[in-house]
Amino acid sequence: MFNRQRAEEIFSKVLKYSTADETEAIISSAAYSLTRFANNIIHQNVTEEGVSLSVRAVVDHRTARASTNKFDEASIRQLCESAMALARLQIPDPELLRMPGPQMFRGVDRFYGETAALTPQARAETVQKVIARAEKDSLTAAGVYSSGSSATGLFNSRGLAAFHEETVSEFSVTMLGDSSSGWAKKTSPNCQELESEARADRAAVKALESREPREAAPGKYTVILEPAAVLDLLGFLFFDFGGLAVHEQRSCLTGRVGQKLFGENINVRDDVFHPLQAGAPFDGEGIPRQRVTLVEKGVVKGVVYARQTAKLMGAEPTGHGFPLPNEFGEAPMNIVMEGGKASVEEMIRSTDRGLLVTRLWYIREVDPFQKILTGMTRDGTFWIEDGKIQHGLKNLRFNQSVIEMLGQVELMGPPQRTAGEESFEMVVPAMKVRDFSFSSLTKF
Amino acid sequence: MKDFAQKALDTAVAQGASYADVRVMDIRQRYLGTKNGKPSQVRDSESFGIGVRVIADGAWGFAATDDMSSASADKVAAQAVAVARASALCKKQDARLAPEQKVLDRYAGPCRIDPFAVPVSECLDLMLKVDAELRKVQGVTLAEAIMDFRRIEQLFLSSLGSEIYQLKTQTGTGFVATSFHENEIQRRSYPNSFGGQYQTKGYELVEELDLLGNAPRIAEEAVALHQADQCPSGVRDIILGSSQLGLQVHESIGHPIELDRVLGTEANFAGMSFLTLEKLNHLKYASDIVNVVADATPAHGPGLGTFAYDDEGVPAQCTPIIKDGLFVGYLTSRETAAEIGQPRSSGAMRAEGWNRIPLIRMTNVSLLPGKGALDELIASTDDGIYMETNRSWSIDDRRYNFQFGTEIGWEIKGGKKVRMLKNPTYAGITTEFWNSCDAICGLEAWTLWGTPNCGKGQPMQTMGTGHGASPARFRKVQVGVAYGG
Repeated sequence: MFNRQRAEEIFSKVLKYSTADETEAIISSAAYSLTRFANNIIHQNVTEEGVSLSVRAVVDHRTARASTNKFDEASIRQLCESAMALARLQIPDPELLRMPGPQMFRGVDRFYGETAALTPQARAETVQKVIARAEKDSLTAAGVYSSGSSATGLFNSRGLAAFHEETVSEFSVTMLGDSSSGWAKKTSPNCQELESEARADRAAVKALESREPREAAPGKYTVILEPAAVLDLLGFLFFDFGGLAVHEQRSCLTGRVGQKLFGENINVRDDVFHPLQAGAPFDGEGIPRQRVTLVEKGVVKGVVYARQTAKLMGAEPTGHGFPLPNEFGEAPMNIVMEGGKASVEEMIRSTDRGLLVTRLWYIREVDPFQKILTGMTRDGTFWIEDGKIQHGLKNLRFNQSVIEMLGQVELMGPPQRTAGEESFEMVVPAMKVRDFSFSSLTKF
Repeated sequence: MKDFAQKALDTAVAQGASYADVRVMDIRQRYLGTKNGKPSQVRDSESFGIGVRVIADGAWGFAATDDMSSASADKVAAQAVAVARASALCKKQDARLAPEQKVLDRYAGPCRIDPFAVPVSECLDLMLKVDAELRKVQGVTLAEAIMDFRRIEQLFLSSLGSEIYQLKTQTGTGFVATSFHENEIQRRSYPNSFGGQYQTKGYELVEELDLLGNAPRIAEEAVALHQADQCPSGVRDIILGSSQLGLQVHESIGHPIELDRVLGTEANFAGMSFLTLEKLNHLKYASDIVNVVADATPAHGPGLGTFAYDDEGVPAQCTPIIKDGLFVGYLTSRETAAEIGQPRSSGAMRAEGWNRIPLIRMTNVSLLPGKGALDELIASTDDGIYMETNRSWSIDDRRYNFQFGTEIGWEIKGGKKVRMLKNPTYAGITTEFWNSCDAICGLEAWTLWGTPNCGKGQPMQTMGTGHGASPARFRKVQVGVAYGG
């Protein structure tokens, strides 16, 4: 059984063997299971458990990390020696900060016993119902139902001690027809909130309503992006809100912090404490995560800072650093974007000609400063005319600056916890965007 | 290792598994990075554990643990069987496997210089010298270099009686110069972008690549791109450099030929494939000069897809994929081969680690060389664009519609490179594009590239794949469209 006490016992062994000037240990455990279905059967079904120990040593202003999942005394001793040896082989860095001392953390409660204990049988019974929904309309279902729990303890020789445990669950489904498909997905720390059967029904309806898709000519259109599509686009923007990325001039915000870059209606913050968010209330060094306003009324108000970056840039750390050493610095990973009151149905009713996009796929950055992204629509793209969905569309490729897009948002829905496939999870709304640029079509 | 694995295998069979295999893996990684004159990453890691895969009640189950105590072997095997029995709740028929022979063998991949024996200080010294060379060029705002070493030790046992031990060493290295100037970010990488070059070999790869000697040119190109003309928009003949063409092969040939995609089991995540079964031996995939193989055998070279046996215990093979332009082969597993009536798996099942099941993955999917040098190909091109080193890549979920961007391009006029172009992009439909290929350079320009970051499966697995390619020319391709919006 892995718990805080067990993590502390492991850390005490680390301290026994480490003779470094300073020592940090991150001890993580995970138990995770995933039931995968396709072609209306369960074709993969997996479960795993593991515990890992990662030690960072600081020796004479030099630092390095070594990790293992072996916990015998000899392995822990060897691990500590490896971390120290790797550190000693470097040139001293006079700018390397001392490790932080004890911190106070605001607690978050994200552990659900029923989710941690969910059995393969229970997941299979849910999948059975999903398959029955598919077969009712001669559709083919594919997807996953997963659940698990994890715990992380972060300790250092200056007395910092942080511990967090949470559960995760995910249900994702694609319903395939002869000429169309539909998709839905939800994640939550609590598997009771997945609403798997409702998601399956939503995906099935999308597949049925997009049968015999027609073609739309490439060009600029008003698009209604469901939250998953919004999420996967924004996922390519917020790594640029790290202080080190700005300092190193690899961010699209270089020279733009403080400027009005987006529309008046865009407000974004990083907020690990939001009730729809997940994750630990501390960063990779054990610094408490703070709420940070990133965008206010379209103006880039702030970026996030790890301790080392904060010192470099004369700012205060915000608790968003990755475990050291790392080349990235920091990033906001608990994005909450404010929305509006419009439902997707209201957005459709207000649209003369446009597209409804369920999700996007294989998004990549074409231009790092203009933030032009390319990618494809997938699993439910529809043509809207005269305020109504008219028919399904064959999928299109877009090339669109996400910065420009956030200046062209006409309506937004209520923000919701959203999961896609290209980005970390966020709390984001659906959006109606004008002049979204599509460059080509595919064949389905 | 052997006793533990055998105990788990025996327990799985005793619990009712009609088939079982067990993999014990010990994976060691060292990752070193430098940035603007300092180490940015110095870390070692190791991961040791066991994965048990079974068929019970006609359905699949898998369980994995890093608890290597004696009692754990029984527990993880019993878990795998219990998971399989839950799977059986949603089955239409029993899982079937193409036949395979029992194998007893040991294999060690090529490694002349053990990268873990090279002092970290020596590695960092070379990287910091490269870093200094890059930053000597005015305008370079960020210099980064990496070295990435892996040693993968694996024991495979199966209820067929197979016992296979494999040891592979992988080395990756590269650097990138970034230049920010007047609201534009430009990058040049060597020898490839997104990490550099990766192969299944030792530190000798680092010595072969002459990182230091190439640093000044790469830095100068990164800065010069700011003054270069924008890649035009329109339809042009293009020549793709070797590494970019390797990625083109990966995305538009390697993924579509994965039979699990074709059969629908990746429909929810990685996607499906346009290469439906009736196209085998009938689809004119490419022009007559195009020949592609999926070759995992050591004879193909030290690619990231080189091994002796896959993770189902099937021997490495060379599978023809495109022969004289005709589509002739898939990447298969024992189960998918049986499903389409093929007598044997092509040996393409690979797992990222002990805690992941094997999936159909690319091995070394390579475009076979043609004739001639790159200079000769450029000299024979009247009006075109040469594009080099990937910057962006995207393709739809059935692998038809793609768009790629490269770090740099040069316009070709009258057989000569006449001007540098920035922000090159090209786009097309897979089969139309490959059928427009009219020249492929020869073996002297052929490189076996490594793609270390191919993602697939749920839970996600990252796999290294190999792609041999030499520069090639494609006629009448859409270029520059990404910046046309």
